[in-house]
Amino acid sequence: MNAPVPPPTACGGIDLHQEHGQRAVFCGLTGIVWLHRKIQDAFFLVVGSRTCAHLIQSAAGVMIFAEPRFATAIIDERDLAGIADANEELDRVVTRLIERRPDIKLLFLVGSCPSEVIKLDLSRAAQRLSGRLNPVRVLNYSGSGIETTFTQGEDACLAALVPDLPRAIDTAAPSLLVVGALADVVEDQFLRIFAAMGIADVRFLPARRAGAMPAVGRGTRYLLAQPFLADTARALEERGARRLAAPFPLGAEGTTGWLRAAAEAFGVSDEAFEAATAPGRARAETALAPLREELGGKRVFFFPDSQLEVPLARFLARELGAALVEVGTPYLHRGHLAAEIEWLPAGTRVTEGQSLDDQMDRCRAARPDLTVCGLGLANPLEAEGLSTKWSIELLFTPVQGYEQAGDLAELFARPLRRRALLEV
Amino acid sequence: MQLTLWTYEGPPHIGAMRIATAMTGLHYVLHAPQGDTYADLLFTMIERRDARPPVTYTTFRAQDLGRDTAELFKTSVSAAYARFQPQAMIVGASCTAELIQDDPGGLAKALNLPIPVIPLELPAYQKKENWGASETFYRLVRALAGAPGAGAGREPGRRPLCNILGPTALGFRHRDDLIEIRRLLDSLGIDVNVVAPLGASPADLGRLKDADFNVVLYPETARSAAEYLKKSFGQPFTHVVPIGVGGTRRFVEEVAGLAGLDPAPVLDGPGSRLPWYSRSVDSTYLTGKRVFVFGDATHAIGLARIAARELGFQVVGLGTYSREFAREVRAEAAELGLEALITDDYLDVEAAIRAAAPELVLGTQMERHVAKRLGIPCAVISAPIHVQDFPARYAPQMGFEGANVLFDTLVHPLMMGLEEHLLGMFREDPEFHDGVGPSHLGGTPVAASAPQAAPATAPAPEAAPAPIHLDHPVAVAVAPWAPEAEKELKKIPFFVRGKARTNTERFARERQLPLITLETLYDAKAHYGR
Ligand code: SF4
Ligand code: SF4
Repeated sequence: MNAPVPPPTACGGIDLHQEHGQRAVFCGLTGIVWLHRKIQDAFFLVVGSRTCAHLIQSAAGVMIFAEPRFATAIIDERDLAGIADANEELDRVVTRLIERRPDIKLLFLVGSCPSEVIKLDLSRAAQRLSGRLNPVRVLNYSGSGIETTFTQGEDACLAALVPDLPRAIDTAAPSLLVVGALADVVEDQFLRIFAAMGIADVRFLPARRAGAMPAVGRGTRYLLAQPFLADTARALEERGARRLAAPFPLGAEGTTGWLRAAAEAFGVSDEAFEAATAPGRARAETALAPLREELGGKRVFFFPDSQLEVPLARFLARELGAALVEVGTPYLHRGHLAAEIEWLPAGTRVTEGQSLDDQMDRCRAARPDLTVCGLGLANPLEAEGLSTKWSIELLFTPVQGYEQAGDLAELFARPLRRRALLEV
Repeated sequence: MQLTLWTYEGPPHIGAMRIATAMTGLHYVLHAPQGDTYADLLFTMIERRDARPPVTYTTFRAQDLGRDTAELFKTSVSAAYARFQPQAMIVGASCTAELIQDDPGGLAKALNLPIPVIPLELPAYQKKENWGASETFYRLVRALAGAPGAGAGREPGRRPLCNILGPTALGFRHRDDLIEIRRLLDSLGIDVNVVAPLGASPADLGRLKDADFNVVLYPETARSAAEYLKKSFGQPFTHVVPIGVGGTRRFVEEVAGLAGLDPAPVLDGPGSRLPWYSRSVDSTYLTGKRVFVFGDATHAIGLARIAARELGFQVVGLGTYSREFAREVRAEAAELGLEALITDDYLDVEAAIRAAAPELVLGTQMERHVAKRLGIPCAVISAPIHVQDFPARYAPQMGFEGANVLFDTLVHPLMMGLEEHLLGMFREDPEFHDGVGPSHLGGTPVAASAPQAAPATAPAPEAAPAPIHLDHPVAVAVAPWAPEAEKELKKIPFFVRGKARTNTERFARERQLPLITLETLYDAKAHYGR
C-alpha cells in the first residue's frame, strides 16, 4: 500500500511507471462470463467459496435467465478438514453435474483463491475425472484473483486447451491460427478477408465446439487477437507454433497491421492484400470520420482492467485524435505489445499495476474528459462530474476488425454525447 | 462441497460491507485477494450509489503469500486511517484470508490507532451474508453504545423516542420503508432518535441508549443488536414487522403500547387502499389463486400473510433461505397448513415450485429464473435482487403505502379478469390463445403449448435439465392419457392446467386406473374441487 513509486523505466518512447497497492480489478473467474457462451458444449465448474459463486453471479448471472453453463462447487468446513475427502467430494459433485448435463463435452475445473491456498490439486482431479467420465474431457485452469486479473482468466483457459489440441502433420502446408475469443460475427468477417487474400486454412482458438478445436504443430502460424494471452502463446510455442508479431485488430489501422502480418507470413501479394482490405478500410474510414469530431482533442484516462488499454489508447490517439492523460494496465506484456507501444504517442504515461486511491487522486486532479474504468469506479466518478466509459463493455461487444471500428469509437463517444444531451 | 448454480446470499463479509456502506464515518479494512473488489459494484451499480464503499482491500496476490501478508494488512490499515480519518474502523478477513490466518484484529490492535477498531470474526465457510450483517452490526453496537446501565428515563413533556434498527445498504426497499415508517411513527407522536445502520455514524451509535425503545424493521440484520440493547439498557423492541395492512396495524398497536400512546388516531386514519381494492368486485377472480412464496424470512412471512389474508390467494408453498429464522417460517407455514421449505439450494426450490404448480410465484431474483422457465407469472418480493428492484420511484414494502405497492405488484403479473374469462371460453383465437400470457405485459416468452405441461412430462425449454436431487424417488408410473382426455385437458385454462393434470394423475394412481379418460378428468375435478 502506498509504496514509493519506483523511478520510471524507459520502454519504447513511453513514460512507464509501475505502481503497487490496492487494485480494483476482477479476478480471472470473470472470463467465464463470455467463455461459457463462446464454447457451446463446455461447462465451467469453479471450485471455490461462496465469494466466487457470488462474484460470477453478480458479474453476469443476474442478466442470464437461460441456465448458464457454469456453477460453483462451494468448499465447506468439512473439505477444509481433509483434502482426501475434498477430492472425493469433488468427484461426487462432478459426477452428478455430468449426469444432469449430458450435453456437456468439455468440463473445466476452475481454480480459485481458496482452492489454490489449500492446495487442492485440480490438475490431478482433472486427469482422474477425464478417465472416469470419458468421452467428456476434463481440463483445469486457475482463475483465482491471487494469480490472474480479469481477462487473464481467458488466457489461463486457452492455455489449458493447448496441450489437448490435435497434432497437425508437420509436413502440411503452414496454417493460420487466430487466438483469442472473438464474437462469432467478427470471426466470420476475418475468415472472408483471409479467403480474399488467398489464405484458406484459418482456424480459431477457442473453437465454438469442444470437438472442433484446431490442430497445432510446427506449421502453425498464429495471430493473437487479444493482448492478454501470454500463457497461451507460450503453450503454443511449446507445440511448435510460431507467433506473427502484429498490432491488435482494434481500429482500422490496427486491423490492417494485424492482417498484414498474416499476409506477409503467407506470401500474399501487395495487390491481393490491397484488394482484400481496401473496402473494409474505406468503410471504417466512413464510420470513423464523424466520430473524430466528437473525440478529437478529448483527454482520456484509462484505469487498469483488461490489458486492452494500450491498444485502445493507441486507437483513440491515432485514429480519433484523442489526448492520453494516463494509460493504466494491470500488466504490460512488452513482447506482445511491442508494435502497440511503438505506436503510442511519445511520452504517453503508462502505468502498470495500481494503487487505487493514488490513481484516483491523479485522475481527479487531471479532470479528463473521459475516464475508462470498471463498474466499481464509474458511478462514483460520474457523481464527481467526470464522464466515464465502463470498460467491461469492451469485452462484451464485438469491437475488432474494420466493420466494428466505428462501433468501437462509438462506445467512447456515447457517454460524452449523452452528457451533452441530458438537460437535467 | 456443495454444487451451487445460484446463491441466495453472498459470503458474510458482504454483509459486513452492507453495514459499513450504510453508515458514515466508518471504514472497513478487508483482508482479501485481488479480485474481491467486485463487491464494490454491488453498491455502485445495483444500488447505484454515487461513492465508492468505504472499504479498503488488501488485494494480496500469489507473490505476496510467500512474503508477509500480515505486514500488507497493517500497512493497509494505517493508510486507510491516514487517508479517510474515520471515527471508527472494522477489520476482518474474506474467505481466502481466513485460510491464511493473519489475525486482522490482533494486527490492527498492535497499530494503536486513536479510534475504536472493531475486529470481525465472520466464518466464511459456515455463515452467509445476512448473518455477517447482523454480526457486524451487533459488534458495532456492543463496542460503541457505551457502558451498560439503566436508560435515562423520559423527562416529562418529551415525546416518546425510539431508534429504528435494521436498514442497510443493498437492502430490498430499505430506503423507502424507512421513509414510510418514520412517517407512521411521527403521526403517532413518536420521535426518532437514531436510525442505524443506514445513515448512522459511530458517534450516533453512542446515542442509541437515549431512546425509550427500539423498532426492529429487519430482524435478519438487527435482532441481535436489539437484544443486546435490551439486555444492556432495558430497551424493549418491536417484534411485529409492518408488512401488509394487518402487519402494519399490529405494528402500530405494538409501538403505541411501547410508547404509552393511543394507536386509535392512526388506526382510524385513512390507512391503505389495499382493503378496498381487494374487496372491489374486480378482485373476486383473485380468490384462491395458487401462490408460492420464497425469500428471506421477514418478507416470506409478510407476503404469505398478505397473499392469504388480504388478497384471498391460496398459499401453496412457503419457504426461506434464512436458516436463522427457520422456526418462525415453519410456524407461519403450519398455520397455512403447509410444511415450510428451508433451503438455500436453488434446485430444491425449483423442484418445489414444479411440484406445487402455482399460478403465481413471489420470490427473489432466482425465482424469476424458475418462473420464467416454467412459464409462471412472478413478482420479486425479497433480496437477492437486481438493479430494477432499486427503483427511482417511491416503492416501500412496509406501512400503508407499502401495502398499496404490494397490491399492485402482486396483481400485475396475472392475467386480467376479462381476459382470463374469454380465454376459458374461446380457445382457438389465433392471437389471444392461452400461451401468450397477459396481454398488458406485452410478449411473454411462454411458448404456445409445452411449458405448462405437468412436472413429470415437462419437455424442458432450452434443454432444462432435470433437478439434480435424485434422492426423491422417481415418480410412480402414471397411467397414460386417452387422446380425448388429453385434448380436453388443453381446454382448461393454462394457469390451472398443471394442477388439473397432477390432480387427475394422482386420482388415477390412487384408484389404480389403467387409463385416464374424459371421465377420469371430470371425476377428479369433482373430487378435488378447484
Ligand atoms: S477466485 Fe479469489 S478473487 Fe475471485 S472471487 Fe474467488 S476468492 Fe475472490
Ligand atoms: S451492468 Fe447494470 S444491468 Fe448489467 S449486471 Fe451490472 S448492474 Fe446489472
